[in-house]
Amino acid sequence: MDLRYTDEEEQFRTELRAWLESVLPDVGPTPDRSDWPARRAYDSRWQRTLHDAGYAGINWPRDYGGRGASPTEHLIFLEETERARAPYVGMNFVGLLHAGPTLVVEATPEQKEHHLPGILRGDHIWCQGFSEPSAGSDLASLRCRAVRDGDDYVVSGQKIWTSFAHVADYCEMLVRTDTDAPKHRGITWLIMPMDAPGIDVRPLRTMEGSTEFCEMYLDEVRIPVSNRVGNENDGWRVAMVTLSFERGTAFVSEMLDSMELCRELAELARKVTRRGGTAWDDLGLRRELGMLAAELDALWALTRRNISEATRTGLVGAGGNVFKLAYTDLRHRMGDLALRLLDRASLSLDDIGELPTGRHVQGRIHALSMSIAAGTSQVQKNIVAERLLGQPKERGWTSG
Amino acid sequence: MDFWVTDDQVALAEGMRAFVAGRFPAEWLHSVEETDAVLDRTKWRELGDMGVFSLRSDGMGAREATLVYEELGRGLVPGPLVATHLAAELIDGAADGTRIVSMFEPSGGVTMIEHATEVDDLLWFDGHDLRRIDPASLTLDPVGRPLDPLGPVLICLDGLDQVRSNSAVIATGTPVRELSELGVLLTAALQVGVAAAATDLANEYAKGREQFGRPIGSFQAVKHMLAEMFVHADVARAAVRAGGCALDDASDAEPARAVSGAKAVAGHAALFCGKTGIQIHGGMGFTWEVDAQRYWKRAVALDVSFGSTDDHSLAIADMLIRP
Repeated sequence: MDLRYTDEEEQFRTELRAWLESVLPDVGPTPDRSDWPARRAYDSRWQRTLHDAGYAGINWPRDYGGRGASPTEHLIFLEETERARAPYVGMNFVGLLHAGPTLVVEATPEQKEHHLPGILRGDHIWCQGFSEPSAGSDLASLRCRAVRDGDDYVVSGQKIWTSFAHVADYCEMLVRTDTDAPKHRGITWLIMPMDAPGIDVRPLRTMEGSTEFCEMYLDEVRIPVSNRVGNENDGWRVAMVTLSFERGTAFVSEMLDSMELCRELAELARKVTRRGGTAWDDLGLRRELGMLAAELDALWALTRRNISEATRTGLVGAGGNVFKLAYTDLRHRMGDLALRLLDRASLSLDDIGELPTGRHVQGRIHALSMSIAAGTSQVQKNIVAERLLGQPKERGWTSG
Repeated sequence: MDFWVTDDQVALAEGMRAFVAGRFPAEWLHSVEETDAVLDRTKWRELGDMGVFSLRSDGMGAREATLVYEELGRGLVPGPLVATHLAAELIDGAADGTRIVSMFEPSGGVTMIEHATEVDDLLWFDGHDLRRIDPASLTLDPVGRPLDPLGPVLICLDGLDQVRSNSAVIATGTPVRELSELGVLLTAALQVGVAAAATDLANEYAKGREQFGRPIGSFQAVKHMLAEMFVHADVARAAVRAGGCALDDASDAEPARAVSGAKAVAGHAALFCGKTGIQIHGGMGFTWEVDAQRYWKRAVALDVSFGSTDDHSLAIADMLIRP
């Protein structure tokens, strides 16, 4: 039980820090969030920069072009990139952290050769076609149909929450290939080229006002059978493989940003006036802020514990569910506090003069999605109660 | 970095859990709470033999101490475990359990002392000084019905100046701050144990208790409460263990912040798990018989020892704005 980094880990950090200092001045300003071509170019360029320096696919195996870094090195990588305010993974997210790892484990040599380098270099953007309007928490009930026709699957149906679908090159798709089998056993995992005829992508406007998410309407889209990853009807297992890549690092950047946000809230409280003084004079508010900071520290400790567990066992156990439940709840409360601090200034999504209204109000809105995305808190609680605490399983709940 | 328990640390915790289960079983706890003398000097010396008070001078660190104290909290072991540990290197006989040392913690004009008539010495963190008080020198008034049945309390009727003049400074400056931080952390470790034990008890109950023809644990409303208890306890455990590392390797984190954070988070966890455990037990949770109430009461007693969740939250807020 030791939180200190080894000499080798510190060496990795030192080199990375020096490299970041040398390349970041040339990165340029973040593009406008609604300028999709510029955003794609920006994210791809940064990925290419990482690639050329040997930092692409930091957690991927070396045999497939990754760096093969340990979970702790991955943590350091995320710590240093956050500290230096380097670009985020952006629209390379699905490729690097979801589809890519799945291909590494499950794809044929030809599929790997064709797709992995493009992901690592930032040439190919991937999106994810898993959720459907009627298949959210119960993902395995998905209905998007794929019918075999010669050397193709013909796919029709609807997908939703497909981030970056309008700029992506490929989509990792889950489709129904057997309607008679139990729901988990009739699903197949396909690589869908996004330029195939029959794909209609429609932006989905979120409550943040942004259009990161899309809906996809698929009308007899032909996908070659050679694009199937894993066996027919074995797609559920293939999709779950990506979970085995998780090393407890999924929320590191977010966590560090939240800790910074907490310090900013303290600064804000000292600035905004209330009842003849500042908000900071309010002991109740200060205590809340102190508690949030304590909880963030605790979750930072939990993060490092989960990463250490992954280093030892190769997997994050229940710690991942515990983290997500606690972290998303914390972000809701942090967001509520931010709005109360801003008082009537919280009515603006943009900064007001010197007041960083935008960051705090948008942060609060974003927190509303955190307890829904990637497994709602209610599903997470079911998992903790059933798998960890051994309570009876929910009927029809068979993913455990 | 390897923030995972080693095999030795697991063995240490398991050994302590078995010892506590064997020497402080529920039947024993339930019998002594009906008497005025909760502390058993033979058992206290056995705690001493197990290294509970001396383990840091036996070559282990604060991180190992948190593992041991989590088990003591889990087992509801009564007595001033933290104060005696802090006195180990200052008062002869504390380390091996031959002397029992409790805390003198004045607060808001009232000074409530746990086990005051059963112990040999009291410690008082009086600013930069650590004082040793002879409990026999104090005018004490026992509380008729203590909240925690395993923690009899007495009210000190003497003024603080008078107590000060009748006490001796046994440490001052930095060592006092370090001992205080250790006291905060070990209390937080007890809180984690209480939170975890309350969770375990409610979890087992929910598996066996049937209503509407099903175990109540099959209802999501109950399941989700159990999951929340587990999350609270597990997050607090991580904070407490990180606090242990911070005290052992001051380079890693600011110890004051780490221990205050651990106390705030673990204090909240213990209270949350305590009350939720009672709720899951339904009517039985409100009875004297079921231990659910003992966990909640111990959680309250621990929250107001070595600074409350409120005190530590405020302390951390002030650290947020320090340059």
